[in-house]
Amino acid sequence: MTDPTTYISHLELGEPDKTYLDTNELIINMGPQHPATHGVLRVILKLDGEKVLGTECVIGYLHRGVEKIAENRTYAMFNPYVDRMDYVAAVSNGLGYCETVEKLLNVEAPPRARYIRVILTELNRLASHMLWLGTHALDIGAMTPLFYTFRDREEILKIFEKYCGARLTTHAFRIGGLQYETYEGFEKDVKNFLDFVPPKIDEYEELLSTNRIWVERTVGVGKITGANCIALGVTGPVLRASGVKWDIRKAMPYSGYEQFDFDIPTCENGDTFDRYMVRMKEMRQSLRIIRQAVDGIPSGPIMAKVPKVIKPPAGEVYHSIEAPKGELGYFIVSDGSTQPYRVRVRPPSFVNLQALDLMVRGALVADVIAVIGTIDIVLGEVDR
Amino acid sequence: MSEETKSSAPPPGGEPKPPADKPSAGTVQSTPSEKMSPSSEKPAATSSEKPAAAASEKPAAPVEKPPVAAKPAAPATAGAEAKAPASPAAAAKPAAPAKPAGPAPVPWESPLVSRLRTRHGSGVIEASTYLGQNYLVLESSVTLETLQVLHEQEGFDYCVDITAVHYPKREKPFDLVWILYSFAKNDRLRVKTMLADGESFPSSYPIWPTANWLEREVYDMFGIKFDGHPDMKRILLPETWEGHPLRKEYGITQQDSKWVQINLGIESGQ
Repeated sequence: MTDPTTYISHLELGEPDKTYLDTNELIINMGPQHPATHGVLRVILKLDGEKVLGTECVIGYLHRGVEKIAENRTYAMFNPYVDRMDYVAAVSNGLGYCETVEKLLNVEAPPRARYIRVILTELNRLASHMLWLGTHALDIGAMTPLFYTFRDREEILKIFEKYCGARLTTHAFRIGGLQYETYEGFEKDVKNFLDFVPPKIDEYEELLSTNRIWVERTVGVGKITGANCIALGVTGPVLRASGVKWDIRKAMPYSGYEQFDFDIPTCENGDTFDRYMVRMKEMRQSLRIIRQAVDGIPSGPIMAKVPKVIKPPAGEVYHSIEAPKGELGYFIVSDGSTQPYRVRVRPPSFVNLQALDLMVRGALVADVIAVIGTIDIVLGEVDR
Repeated sequence: MSEETKSSAPPPGGEPKPPADKPSAGTVQSTPSEKMSPSSEKPAATSSEKPAAAASEKPAAPVEKPPVAAKPAAPATAGAEAKAPASPAAAAKPAAPAKPAGPAPVPWESPLVSRLRTRHGSGVIEASTYLGQNYLVLESSVTLETLQVLHEQEGFDYCVDITAVHYPKREKPFDLVWILYSFAKNDRLRVKTMLADGESFPSSYPIWPTANWLEREVYDMFGIKFDGHPDMKRILLPETWEGHPLRKEYGITQQDSKWVQINLGIESGQ
């Protein structure tokens, strides 16, 4: 376990050096308008030459107060807001929220709805990982994968658009199930995509996995051990790349994930390259899940018996799902009225970003860029 | 592919329309209650939640607590009965009384709880299971020690989340909540304690380093300070921000109307 005393988040600058040759530590500012910070993240770096001595993240530029908004909306009205947190994985956000409210109501979505939810959520995981790969590679200097991944992500967004009319903030699910039945040809589209995408993933790996520049920039960079991940609450692919085989889809299955056969990919070293490998393997596992789900979609209703005005009995519940970035949890307190008394979102990006300081200490400035990319943060979710 | 998209787009576009009316009808119905100041009805219902739970726990609960809990318990159950028939349609009336009986917190008995009880006695106010989720309500004096024990001896090595809930009408208005997870047991546990306004709480940062930002967010949103935290300052809001937004008395348009009054010289931007 980590000794917390060695992990200090705030920066302490020494006394200024009065000699002629000033070799003082330098504090510089990165962001918030830096293209490689994936949004509006400001990082204050304490440097000794090119070496990073410490960092401090300044966040909140995108804070919209979704938790406060939730208290002033009904359960159904708040549903679209959750899409705006992690906007590259909106479907996962919606799944987590809907399942938590369903838990409060003590209802369960019908099997058909759960299968379609799994298909869309896993497609969204692929889309999220593709976007991550493209932008992460772009940060490190490989421009080509960006065009490839965006080209292929487009096919997923087309399915979303045909299903619910929106590409990014989909609002695909409703409390109790789904609002829309699948469109004609949904299964064919998904199956076409499943045949279309594996060679593309091979293509990305061909471009990067053995690319000397990529390997030099990622192997051994931003190392974090499994014990440190657990101490810092880091989840998702970052945790798995450090050798901890833990995935909520297996540990505490939800939405019928226990019916599907898939593996949890892990790596040992916990560096940037391993996190890349874990996500690439995860994409293939997602394809496996989608294949099983689309072959076995049961028929039946898509909406459970949920009252029109949602009024969960007083009580509180915490439920979490495995979002593309880690554990996404909702803690909802109901007072028996139509509006939630309190909604707490446990965002994976926010908690994972805390590990940045530990991961970049002793590294070079250029590695900070690589590590921000590899944690896979979305500032909309960090700041909420 | 794009042509295919266009040709098959209309059917899904046409299909959803009828169901689309449904939720909007629901939201229209509920808007009046939303526009009415929500704070007026909420705290009353809130008090119903806690004491009801405490009441069910009576036999095992410490001696000093029940008198406090018993008082609001009677009006609380009455309030719940009065509310239930009002909510759904008339047809649902027979179902309404049955519903609260279903998901009620039941006492949670386990070796862990008995170990904690022998250790702290009356410090464990409540140990219950609600909808399959276990939670502990502790006296604030023993909470930090219990968290340490849970981490070191019971294997709760992952602190999922730290948050708070504000109940302004309660004597101790804040619930501080830890959500813990044990990798070894694959088990989740919620630990709650109650704090008075202005009361600080020892930081759990030495136990779980992840508490650093989580506690800063609690401070930012609720104004609960954590003693011994290495860097107790706001995290999401700027340092100059006034108030703590997730407190119930903090109005949703308060910040906006203040800003427009100062900067634009108008009464309200809404």
